[in-house]
Amino acid sequence: MSADTDSLPDVPGLDHTTVTGWGRTAPTAARLIRPRTYEEAAAAVRECGARGGIPRGLGRAYGDAAQNAGGSVLDMTGLDRVHAIDADGGIVLCDAGVSLHRLMEVLLPLGWFVPVTPGTRYVTVGGAIGADIHGKNHHVSGSFSRHVLSFELLTADGEIRTVVPGTPLFEATAGGMGLTGVILTATIRLQPVETSLMSVDTERAADLDDLMARLSATDHRYRYSVAWIDLLARGAATGRAVLTRGDHAPLDALPARRRDAPLSFRTSRLPAAPALLPEGLLSRTTVSLFNELWYRKAPRARSGQLQRISAFFHPLDGVPHWNRVYGRGGFVQYQFVVGHGQEDALRRVVRRISERRCPSFLAVLKRFGESDPGWLSFPVPGWTLALDIPAGLPGLGTFLDELDGEVAAAGGRVYLAKDARLRPELLAAMYPRLDDFRALRAELDPHGVFVSDLARRLHL
Amino acid sequence: MKDAFGLPQSLLVLGGTSEIALATARRLIARRTRTVWLAGRPSPALEEAAGQLRGLGADVHTVAFDALDPASHEAVLGKVFAEGDVDMVLLAFGLLGDQARDEREPEAAVRVAQTNYTGAVSAGLVCARALQSQGHGSLVVMSSVAGERARRANFIYGSSKAGLDAFAQGLGDALHGTGVHVMVVRPGFVRTRMTAGLPEAPLATTPEAVATAVELGLRRRSETVWVPGALRVVMAALRHLPRSVCRRLPV
Repeated sequence: MSADTDSLPDVPGLDHTTVTGWGRTAPTAARLIRPRTYEEAAAAVRECGARGGIPRGLGRAYGDAAQNAGGSVLDMTGLDRVHAIDADGGIVLCDAGVSLHRLMEVLLPLGWFVPVTPGTRYVTVGGAIGADIHGKNHHVSGSFSRHVLSFELLTADGEIRTVVPGTPLFEATAGGMGLTGVILTATIRLQPVETSLMSVDTERAADLDDLMARLSATDHRYRYSVAWIDLLARGAATGRAVLTRGDHAPLDALPARRRDAPLSFRTSRLPAAPALLPEGLLSRTTVSLFNELWYRKAPRARSGQLQRISAFFHPLDGVPHWNRVYGRGGFVQYQFVVGHGQEDALRRVVRRISERRCPSFLAVLKRFGESDPGWLSFPVPGWTLALDIPAGLPGLGTFLDELDGEVAAAGGRVYLAKDARLRPELLAAMYPRLDDFRALRAELDPHGVFVSDLARRLHL
Repeated sequence: MKDAFGLPQSLLVLGGTSEIALATARRLIARRTRTVWLAGRPSPALEEAAGQLRGLGADVHTVAFDALDPASHEAVLGKVFAEGDVDMVLLAFGLLGDQARDEREPEAAVRVAQTNYTGAVSAGLVCARALQSQGHGSLVVMSSVAGERARRANFIYGSSKAGLDAFAQGLGDALHGTGVHVMVVRPGFVRTRMTAGLPEAPLATTPEAVATAVELGLRRRSETVWVPGALRVVMAALRHLPRSVCRRLPV
C-alpha cells in the first residue's frame, strides 16, 4: 500500500501491494496474505473475494504465474515446517512453504537429497509441484511430481483433500500453476547420497551438432546433465557449448581430509545485486565478452572434479537478487522443448537467436527424458532450451512470437512457469490436455476462486 | 491481461473516431489486443471505425459516450468494465476548436475546455477507479505539446490540454503503487483530419508514429512520451523562453 493513494479514499485496492515474478515485468497489485496456519490459509481462500486468489511461494516463476491483479495472493512461505523425516526410508513430510534450500539443510546431514532441484534452491515445495519443475536429472528421474507420494490440497470449497498419484486431481495439480487449490503439505521420496559433493565432468562442444551428438551419446552415463550454450557465437561456432555432467560423489571419491564431514552442506553468498542498476548493463558487447571468457575458461575435457552442490546446481543463488542486473525493465526467460526428431527446429531456433544477436548469457540446453504425468507438465522427451533476454530489447515480442511459431509447428511447447508473453491461441496446441484441465477446474472450482494473471492472460 | 511488454489484450478507446486512437488500436490488434471498445458519440464514422478494426480480427464493440455529459460517464463506462477486465484505456477525445472564432464566441471556447479538460477529468477518474479495483491496467492520456506552453495562436486548446496534462500527471502519482500505470502522451503536430488545412508545424508527425511511441511507452512503463522524441528537448527550451520572445515566435 502506498501513502500516495490516500487522496483517493474508499477505493478498493488500498491494501494492495504490487507484485511481479522473477523477471520483474508486468507488475500488478494484489492483497498479499501470509497465512501461518492451515486455518488461516482456509480463511484466506474463503475470503479472497470476487477477484479470487492464488498461492505464491518464493516468487521464482519468471512471469505472472503467482500474481493476481486486484485479488489475493497467498504468500505460503509462512507455512514452513518440516513435519517428519523417515531417515531410513528416505521420505519427508513437510509444509508447502518449505524451500528446497531448507530441505537440503535438514536432509543432507542425514544422507538424503531432494529428488529434483531446479537452477535455484529458493523455490518452495508447493511451487515445485505447481510448476512441476525439472532439473538436470530429468532424463533419469523425471519431474518433481514423480517423487511426490501424496499432498494435501485446500480446494475452492474449503475442503482439504489428500491427493495421491494416479488421480485426475494429482495430474491436474502437478504443473497446474496453483489453479486447482493451495497445496498445504507434501510427502516426498528422497534421493540417497553418500556425500554433499558432486563429481563433475566438463567438456566443450565446438558447435550445436557436436553438442547434441555428445548429449545423445553419453547422457545416460550421468545422473545430472546440462549444457551452457553460447547463443552469441556465430558462423561455424553457432551453438558452441560447455557440458557439465556428473553425479553425487561417493564417499571414496573424497580426499581423506574431507571424509570426516562428508555430508556438510556449505554455500557461499556474495553481496546482493544493488536495487538500482542502469538499463543496458547486459548489452551485446558485455554478454559476448562474458560468453567468450566462459567458454575459454572451461577445460576442453576434465573429469571427476569435486564441486559443492551450490556450485554445481545453483551458481546464481550465490548472488541474491541477481535478477536486478537486467535493470528496471526486467527480463523474460524463454524456455521451450521440441521432441526427438525435431532437431532441425532446434537448429533453426538457435540459428535465429544467434543471428539476431540476443544478449543472452544464461542459455541452457538439456535433453529431457520421458514425459511426466501432469496435464500441464512441461517436459516431453526431446530438447529443451532456456534463455534470458532483457525485456527492453527492441522487437523482442515479435521475435519471440516467431520462435513460438517454430516451436508449435514442431509439436513443441513453452514452459508456463517461465512464460510472460505467449500468444494465448497457441496454448491448446502446445498442451493437448488443456481441455481436461479446464474441465476439472470448472467442476472443482465453479466460481473461479483460484485465478492468476497467467490464467487470465492465457485463459487457463 | 497485459504481457511482459505491457501489451494489452483488451482496449477501451474514449474518442473512438480519433485517428491517433485508431492507429494505436490497429497496432495493438496486430500484437495482442483481441477485444476493443470504441466509445464515442454514435455516428456512422464510429461504426465504420469499428468495422475496420473487426476486419483486423478483433472483437469490437461500440459504446455511446459523450465527453460533454459527465453525469453519464459512471454508468456508461461502468458497463464496459462490468464485461471484463480492461487492460488499457486510451483517453483520446478532444476538440481543436477554431481559435479565432472561439475568441469571439466564448461558448464555443468553453466547449473546447469542457471536452478536453472537464470531460477528461470525469472519464479519467471513473476509469482510474475501475482500473484500481482490477489491480492492473494502463491509462494512456493523449495530451499535446500545446499544453506545455500556451501559444498566442491556440491558447484556448493549449490551456485545456495544459489542464488535462497536469491532471493526468497528478492522477499517475495518485495511482503509483496500485498496479495502474498512467502514461501521458504529448504529440506535436500530427497530420490528421483535425489539423487538415492548418499550416504544418516543425517536427510534424503521423498517427502511426504516435501509435509506435505508445507501444514503446507501454513496454517501458513510461510516464511521459513525446512524439517525436526530439520535442522533449525542444519544449524544454521553449518553456524557458521569456514571454516577450515567445509571443513573437512564428509557430
